[in-house]
Amino acid sequence: MRYLPLTDTDRLAMLARIGAPDIDALFADVPEEARLSGPIPGLPMHASEMAVEKHMRQLSKKNLAAADAAFFLGAGAYRHHVPATVDHIIQRGEFLTAYTPYQPEIAQGTLQMLFEFQSQVARLYGCAVANASMYDGSTACWEAVAMAGRVTKRKRVVLSGALHPHYAEVVRTMAKFTEDEIAGASPALQSQPDNAGLIARIDDQTSCVVVQYPDILGRIPDLAEIAEAAHAKGALLIAVNTEPVALGAIKSPGELGADIVVGEGQSIGVGLQFGGPYLGLFAVRDPKHVRQMPGRLCGETVDAEGKRGFVLTLSTREQHIRREKATSNICTNSGLCALAFSVHMTLLGEKGLRQLAAENHRLACAAADRLAKVPGVKLLNDSFFNEFTVLIDGDARAIVRQLTEQNVLAGVSLGRLFPGHSELANGLLVAVTETTTEEDIETLASALEEVLA
Amino acid sequence: MARYFTDEHEWIDVDGDTATVGITDYAQGQLGDIVFVELPGAGTALSKGGDAAVVESVKAASDVYAPIDGEVTEGNSALEDDPALVNTAPEGDGWFFKMTIGDASQLDGLMDEAAYKSFCDSL
Repeated sequence: MRYLPLTDTDRLAMLARIGAPDIDALFADVPEEARLSGPIPGLPMHASEMAVEKHMRQLSKKNLAAADAAFFLGAGAYRHHVPATVDHIIQRGEFLTAYTPYQPEIAQGTLQMLFEFQSQVARLYGCAVANASMYDGSTACWEAVAMAGRVTKRKRVVLSGALHPHYAEVVRTMAKFTEDEIAGASPALQSQPDNAGLIARIDDQTSCVVVQYPDILGRIPDLAEIAEAAHAKGALLIAVNTEPVALGAIKSPGELGADIVVGEGQSIGVGLQFGGPYLGLFAVRDPKHVRQMPGRLCGETVDAEGKRGFVLTLSTREQHIRREKATSNICTNSGLCALAFSVHMTLLGEKGLRQLAAENHRLACAAADRLAKVPGVKLLNDSFFNEFTVLIDGDARAIVRQLTEQNVLAGVSLGRLFPGHSELANGLLVAVTETTTEEDIETLASALEEVLA
Repeated sequence: MARYFTDEHEWIDVDGDTATVGITDYAQGQLGDIVFVELPGAGTALSKGGDAAVVESVKAASDVYAPIDGEVTEGNSALEDDPALVNTAPEGDGWFFKMTIGDASQLDGLMDEAAYKSFCDSL
């Protein structure tokens, strides 16, 4: 895109044409007190490029990057090794510059890539159909809730207490505008999720039950039992997954009866990058629900000459077609992140994903065993994939802060995730991936031993 | 049995107290291959000119409006399995829904077949 600066002469010509004596006359409708007079306080007017670079470098030193610490943060965003090939391929001009396809059939490469992506997500989730990605896991979660409302024509949503609190917050925020009734709960620090309590909250007005798998405490709920109970009341089961690598080791939510499976795809192909952009995954188990799905779907077909081609099969519920009646709040798919996911997934293959999952689990078990030996630390979970909760003698939030000083990012404290739930304050969520070394685990354990002594 | 047409390309067959509503052959021709029809449930109250159903082709979704006031008594369940009926038999088996006639005087404002034909010719 070209940048065309305006000269003073251009400005004068435009003002003369519309009959305004000066620029202030154009903004006469803006109250005087709302206008900026002079420079913005605290922000310098300008500096040389070199000086700005130097300043920004100084600022960036305040960050503690994942690679520079013993790193155990997770809670919905995971540090994994992304092969260099992924970055190389997604930066090719054909991919990097191709934006959302509004004249889609021209962009055959983009459509084929989205088709492959959908196939991978559907398979990973054990579902019939996946869409061409969404904004992120939490908004995909809301879209699933909205979709369940359309399918069941009901407005009562039951959230598991062990759903990621940020996801629950997105659902609550959006529900203010759709007037869905949200029946939430708080998590309890128990070794197993409270399925019976969750099931008891499902009634014949419930549109859906939203369950995270593995859940926010790292536990792995029995989805089949919840699916059965939900279906018995005519409600849908929405399974939320924030760590897709886990599905290389545990059964897919679709296989266990979840009707809609959504989640965050960041783990595969997309780095942490201090918080985004991320990638929403969305799939439905039963093809009959495909018409109620948000977003766009790419399909495979043949052209008039019988050659294989790809088309945007379903996008009639999106903003550019349905305007104000679009059923999706966020229609733009995260194309480049979806591509990164797809390239990484292709490099892994099915066997590779299983091996990666096994390695994550092995290291997580090693970490859990080691941490359980630290006096003042107790392992909460009976079972987990690569993330688990430990209970610490003391406020986990303060301990995390303390350890940061020693370049140890110990985990995400439940006090940070659930402010206002003081009964959870001693919980610490520890995530381990293939990037975690035995040395990192030892560093964390000894640091904890020291601060808890 | 009298048949009326709207300028939004719905047809309405009046038979005693009930009416059957669908979209015209002209409308299905403009839309192309119909892939999905969303019908109102029985008991839905309709008001003339308001949204009643949605018809989707591959590239477009269009609203179908209620030609008169009334209440839906039945949707055409055959369209759920075979929405292409709207293409093959738009003014027969591809009907959308049946409704009660809330205000018979509203029918006077609609077109008859000859008027609708010349309306389409003028488009």
